Amino acid sequence: MTMQAASTEIASRTAAIIDEMKGLEGPLLPILHSIQEEFGHVPKDALPVIADGLNLSRAEVHGVVTFYHDFRARPAGRHVLKLCQAEACQSMGSDAVAAKVKRLLGIDFHETTRDGSVTLEPVYCLGLCACSPSAMLDGEVIGRLDDEKIEEIVAEVRS
Amino acid sequence: MIPRIYVPCDSGAIALGADKVARAIEAELKERGVEAKIVRNGSRGAYFLEPMVEVATDNGRVAYGPVKPSDVKSLFDGGFLNGGHHKRWLGAPDKIPFLAKQTRLTFARCGINDPLSLDAYKSLGGLRGLQNAVAMAPADVVKQVTESGLRGRGGAGFPTGIKWKTVLDTAGTQKYIVCNADEGDSATFADRMIMEGDPFVLIEGMAIAGIATGATKGFVYIRSEYPHAVATMNKAVAIARKAGVLGLSVLGSPNAFDMEIRVGAGAYVCGEETSLLNSLEGKRGVVRAKPPLPAIQGLFGKPTVINNVISLASVPIIMDKGAAYYKDFGMGRSRGTIPIQIAGNVRNGGLFETAFGLTLGEIVDDIGGGTASGRPVKAVQVGGPLGAYFPRALFDTPFDYEEFAKRDGLIGHAGITVFDDTADMLKQARFAMEFCAIESCGKCTPCRIGSTRGVEVLDKVAAGIEAEKNLALVTDLCNTMKFGSLCALGGFTPYPVMSSITHFPEDFKPAPARVAAE
Repeated sequence: MTMQAASTEIASRTAAIIDEMKGLEGPLLPILHSIQEEFGHVPKDALPVIADGLNLSRAEVHGVVTFYHDFRARPAGRHVLKLCQAEACQSMGSDAVAAKVKRLLGIDFHETTRDGSVTLEPVYCLGLCACSPSAMLDGEVIGRLDDEKIEEIVAEVRS
Repeated sequence: MIPRIYVPCDSGAIALGADKVARAIEAELKERGVEAKIVRNGSRGAYFLEPMVEVATDNGRVAYGPVKPSDVKSLFDGGFLNGGHHKRWLGAPDKIPFLAKQTRLTFARCGINDPLSLDAYKSLGGLRGLQNAVAMAPADVVKQVTESGLRGRGGAGFPTGIKWKTVLDTAGTQKYIVCNADEGDSATFADRMIMEGDPFVLIEGMAIAGIATGATKGFVYIRSEYPHAVATMNKAVAIARKAGVLGLSVLGSPNAFDMEIRVGAGAYVCGEETSLLNSLEGKRGVVRAKPPLPAIQGLFGKPTVINNVISLASVPIIMDKGAAYYKDFGMGRSRGTIPIQIAGNVRNGGLFETAFGLTLGEIVDDIGGGTASGRPVKAVQVGGPLGAYFPRALFDTPFDYEEFAKRDGLIGHAGITVFDDTADMLKQARFAMEFCAIESCGKCTPCRIGSTRGVEVLDKVAAGIEAEKNLALVTDLCNTMKFGSLCALGGFTPYPVMSSITHFPEDFKPAPARVAAE
């Protein structure tokens, strides 16, 4: 029963988002962003509603959702920590930063800690290439990561 | 007059603590009972000095940097509101060598004022280009842009005016201006900086493009990794609309032009123009075959100008000061200025706008000041993840589209990443293949599968398994990718791979020999 209720709830909130945005030219990406903002991920139950609302096949919607790295199939941890792993950050030791963060959190990239506190992800460039190595914690940018800043971040996401 | 203190709101400055510095200044003002206005300006781009705080004094601006929150008390003690001395004192910002040596055309205003003050924008020459454009025939606007010699700053270097002319000459009930702000290349941040630091210049450039080609609608497609740029652009568009810069009557003229900000979703390949158009349409960001050119059948099948942020942001000054003024800078067929982004392991990292023609060595050693680690420079990757790695031996290459092409490289979006002698070029070559595999849209087999095979073969080289034979295989694979891929992702991934193999062969020797050599 609760599953049923959750699914209806998702459908109605999704329908409201679609109603609001379907007048846009090329509305699918803005709709998916709004859904992810609403639910923290793009729930499977939202896909048929989107397909119906935009007159697309479910396969088309599924294809778009899975193409883009940003859209999550499952909710993330309470915090999302993204570590830049692109060349400019590599030149300043982003490999070592990633290894240290992974060790301290006990998880690999694309994983969430067991207590649900943090999801760790690689990101390929935050545009902070003159402030490498860089990271983004819940949308906040952090440059010139060093041991002290890494430990601060880990303490923050764990608290 | 109430003193004004400038603390950048650029995300690079914020990443280095600018928000904390601003809060510390605010608290200190309160504690001392001093009245002053804190203005959040853009960044001037000298990131090695960020957060760079400026104070407006009777003798002009005085800069301090890099300022830490713990410096704030002593700044006040030293009388920094009057430009007083302090260990972080830098003097007049435009006299700081890194900034004084630049030729700022596109970034002329960036970092000086509150990015969202339209009055400040106008006070420094903003909207003059658009005012001129609305009084001209569209074909004359296109002609002026063509004559300026401006080429696509996204990386391809295609003449902007010629692209515009095709759209102008193509009949269509609806035409679009699309701004590619999907700046995914590592080492590049010029688009981000201008959107966060001088958003109206991009809006003005897009409005001019609209008037020149008959397009009435624009989209800026910004990558989701740039939340600050998205927020600033959204606010700027609302302000421009309210002020009549955008809307049914641009600056009171009969021309209509409006625009929307759209956010990408983490796909690097969407920086490729045709996959960006698919993404805007709400599809998978898969590359389209050309022809048809986007200028003829672009967004929703309609004639579309698709230009990079910096190309569009360079248009207002061309329309303000004329084609000849802009064309006067530069060398060969590379005219005007280019914002070079000096990044990675470098002492003086930041954005350096200059006329084309400086050599790579001047950029890295003289302006960049060598590595941040203090070790020797081993390699410089120019043009992002799809650009070639240059060794010191090629540091005499002038910064110019054609000169870089002659040396099997590209300037791309003009980002350069400096690596010191601890870099392992085999690892960098492998990463190029790995990145291509992660980001491939999947349309072309050489890109989709070749990149994965490339990683595997390079792993064999690293393990010392038939290194020579496997390197020959990588070379062959790169050739297939280069000529068998539709877009630059598969087509240019061979640049970093082959340049690593060609210029740094010692890093590809079998493992035992590498150990022995060390």
